[in-house]
Amino acid sequence: MGLCQQPAKKLVTHTELVDRSQEERLYSMANYDLTPEQEMLRRTVRDFAEAEIKPVRAQLDEKEEFSYDLVKKMGELGLFGMTVSPEYGGQGVDYLTYCIAVEELARVDGCQAATVAAENSLGIGPLYNFGNEHQKRKFLPDLCSGKKLWGFGLTEADAGSDAQNSKTRAELKNGKWVINGSKIFITNSASKITAGITVQAVTGAGSEGRKEISCIIVESGTPGFTAKEMHRKLTWRSSNTGELYFDNVTVPEENLLGPRGGGFKQMMTTLDSGRLGIAAMGLGGAQGAFEAALDYAKQRKAFGKPISQFQVNAFKLADCALEIEAARNLLYKACWLKDQGRPFGKEAAMAKLYTSEVFHRVANHCVQLHGGYGLMEEYPAAKFYRDQKLLEIGEGTSEIQRIVISRYLGC
Amino acid sequence: MKIACLIKQVPDTETRIRIKPDRSGIEESDIKYIVSPYCEFAVEEALRVKEKAGGGEATVISLGPDRVVEAIRTALAMGIDKGIHIDSEGKSFDSYATAVVLANVLRDRGFDMILCGKQAIDGDNGQVGPMIAELLDIPQVMIIERLELTADKKGVTATRRVAGGGKEVYEISFPALFGCEKGLNVPRYASLPGIMKAKTKPIEKLKSSDLLNGALPLVQWANYQLPPERMAGKKIEGDLAYQAHELVRLLREEAKVI
Ligand SMILES: Cc1cc2nc3c(=O)[nH]c(=O)nc-3n(C[C@H](O)[C@H](O)[C@H](O)COP(=O)(O)OP(=O)(O)OC[C@H]3O[C@@H](n4cnc5c(N)ncnc54)[C@H](O)[C@@H]3O)c2cc1C
Repeated sequence: MGLCQQPAKKLVTHTELVDRSQEERLYSMANYDLTPEQEMLRRTVRDFAEAEIKPVRAQLDEKEEFSYDLVKKMGELGLFGMTVSPEYGGQGVDYLTYCIAVEELARVDGCQAATVAAENSLGIGPLYNFGNEHQKRKFLPDLCSGKKLWGFGLTEADAGSDAQNSKTRAELKNGKWVINGSKIFITNSASKITAGITVQAVTGAGSEGRKEISCIIVESGTPGFTAKEMHRKLTWRSSNTGELYFDNVTVPEENLLGPRGGGFKQMMTTLDSGRLGIAAMGLGGAQGAFEAALDYAKQRKAFGKPISQFQVNAFKLADCALEIEAARNLLYKACWLKDQGRPFGKEAAMAKLYTSEVFHRVANHCVQLHGGYGLMEEYPAAKFYRDQKLLEIGEGTSEIQRIVISRYLGC
Repeated sequence: MKIACLIKQVPDTETRIRIKPDRSGIEESDIKYIVSPYCEFAVEEALRVKEKAGGGEATVISLGPDRVVEAIRTALAMGIDKGIHIDSEGKSFDSYATAVVLANVLRDRGFDMILCGKQAIDGDNGQVGPMIAELLDIPQVMIIERLELTADKKGVTATRRVAGGGKEVYEISFPALFGCEKGLNVPRYASLPGIMKAKTKPIEKLKSSDLLNGALPLVQWANYQLPPERMAGKKIEGDLAYQAHELVRLLREEAKVI
């Protein structure tokens, strides 16, 4: 897919776009080869996930334990700040490369993939894309090395899909923001190494009856700010999810991220790219569940032959392989569009929706093929089945994705 | 300090080997290749020695078809400084011919330390290392499980395990060759920054035909065949005296091994 290594930051003009597409039509109608670097990263992350994550994933999941050791190792591999410029300690690779890494982690464990995807897209993304020079220099190097984590606080108890309805408020008093309110379900926000949060808050009354929403940086340890780990999740049990409380939390005015009132736009932009990461988790999870299903179906014998030889099961596996292939093409195309600097929002929503629903179906088949063993945690099928559900809910539910896509269609 | 590590690309151990219809070799088309694990220990050790010495240059060298560039790139991504790819030009190489080619590349390049795997896991011959040392007339220690740079950085203490749990400890000054054993180290992963950096590291291209100097392989391959399928085992039941008696009888009459 004609891949560039640097994120195409520059917006492309219409004429350039036409020129470029004509050029590409001449020289590369479609090229499905990954670059040698992307191939090598895929191998490395796969080897890493197999050797370092697979042996501990079930235990971490059972204990609901967030692994600082794995975060450290994933940091050393360069999996945080992947699309961030090396100037701030990032790796400066394109989105496709990033998604390949997330895909390979999710193939083995959705929880570690969640830590990486949420950190890149939600933690680091907004600071990198909207932060000023001082903010970037201050926070990004430690986040890109994986020494510290960062959360993106959008969802509230009464405002999820309807994020405009946020109640958390920030008032500017004597050159300081005073924040009151709470957030819920915030990934990477309540770990021992969380350096801070980007919190979305109402900062005043905007135009047309809409609230003015802005993003503000709150560092861990600021008085009045507490982060509490959330437990007893069905999915992503070894990922760090936090509930946040802001009780007269006071931070300097310059902790504003980007322009005042820019919060809603920043969120939309962040979620557009974030969807690629979530889609990569769906794709990788589907791949992992499919491999587990295929292996098991070839080994398990009933009525004198492997169950994979019963047509009903063979066809299920064929459907899984087909849908994963289609999902991969859709996601990689969405990444390619983004990496080319072209509009990609619709395709990102499609990829997020489709890969998570493919994962849903594949995980379901995977458990079904395992029979009773599929319901036991000794086999990976059960965890895939549990973990997939989050992907139809987090970063915009499947219903919201359909709304987004239908708006692109003018509905 | 100049370090060379010699690596071989081999089929993944999970590959199901298939023989070509004319039995002249194995089907290579759907094989997944990896760096032979013992060679990975050599790469890792080269990096560690370099780090401990506080500098130097490590070169990775591989003989084989174009696909081995991938193995070289992986070593570069792990941190090796430069690569040399010797194109096998479609020919097969036995241990001797391989050693001649590699020795001719290594000679005159001033390497202090040459690291290789104790053997490659495809042919499992374990001959190339010692042969190279012989051709270069330098000392070698194979199957090492510990390597310690001396204080003056002009040599190493190398430990190898021998039968009965004993250990042999060698003190050797450079230049010397070492064959790495499992347990020597745990190879690092190629990190993403490493992968990106590797893009700009040089890989020198050489041709094996220029390096053989008229040497010919000493081994010729008549044909390949798979080992016979394992047959079902036999379980002898009954009291111990009967079992022993029956076992001896079967070994003598059926298996004809005693
Ligand atoms: C493990 C985990 C990690 C998370 N990490 C983060 C994070 O890091 N940062 C963050 O800000 N949030 C995070 N979230 C929150 C997540 O994004 C929200 O849960 C999600 O957006 C849905 O919001 P909600 O839970 O309030 O559901 P609701 O919005 O209440 O939705 C309930 C149901 O109503 C449907 N619905 C809502 N509106 C419509 C509509 N207009 N049309 C049709 N159907 C509709 C939804 O699709 C859904 O089925 C996380 C959640 C979990 C579980």
